[in-house]
Amino acid sequence: MALSRKVGLFEVLKYKGGGPMLAWALHRISGLGIIIFVTLHVLASFLTQQLGSDLGIFINIIYESIYFQLFIVFCAIFHGVNGFRIILLDIWPRLIRYQKESTWLEWIVILPLYILTAYIMIRRFLAG
Amino acid sequence: MRSRVMPKPSWNLEYLMWIFTRISGLTLILLAVLGIGLGLIMGARTQLDLGTLMRWAFFPNSNHVLDSEIPDLYLWANGFWQIIQILAVAFAATHGFNGLRVIVEDYSKPGFWQAFLRFLVFLLWIFSSLVGIYVILGS
Repeated sequence: MALSRKVGLFEVLKYKGGGPMLAWALHRISGLGIIIFVTLHVLASFLTQQLGSDLGIFINIIYESIYFQLFIVFCAIFHGVNGFRIILLDIWPRLIRYQKESTWLEWIVILPLYILTAYIMIRRFLAG
Repeated sequence: MRSRVMPKPSWNLEYLMWIFTRISGLTLILLAVLGIGLGLIMGARTQLDLGTLMRWAFFPNSNHVLDSEIPDLYLWANGFWQIIQILAVAFAATHGFNGLRVIVEDYSKPGFWQAFLRFLVFLLWIFSSLVGIYVILGS
């Protein structure tokens, strides 16, 4: 019998797993965000490049909006840094003792990166 | 206290994809670092802006530098970058849709819908990798 990992959003919020649980949930959500963005982008670039259709431009407008872009940048940065943390813990299993500390460390990397990127993006957006 | 004796891992799909996820994740990070490094070398002395560099790091396609004033495009659009792009698309699509498959396995019970969702993920994987490579070779 495999371990059940069927966890709804409500259970995630209720469960007191702390940093590692939050990282697990956000890793899934950010992965889904990247899949949605990349699939839409492949589709849109195919439609505009090969068929020159208006549907491609319509999809382009959706994911080029500032809100979608801020979300996707967070997804990409978080998924990359958290995935790197997971790989490091898997290569050196003794580090799993410090799993909680590693999630704090990863936020020290993610937050400045994301806040700086978001600041530049919002400033450019407001400048037009 | 005795530790639990784990069975030796067999080479099934789950184990192979577990290893593949780690390797491809690391590869994608390295490809992004390569994109940032070579993008800076090729474009920092002309008018490459930060957004363009980030788009280039995410995916090194020559359409992604159209916003910047690049004097000549031959450094940015050639076979080397096409190979890097095809690698990135193949690794990213397999990594991503394998992740989607894991989520499907977690949230579905055996039956019609599980088979349907598995097949849908498989179709999306084939479709997006082929269409992605088609766009790369056409741009």
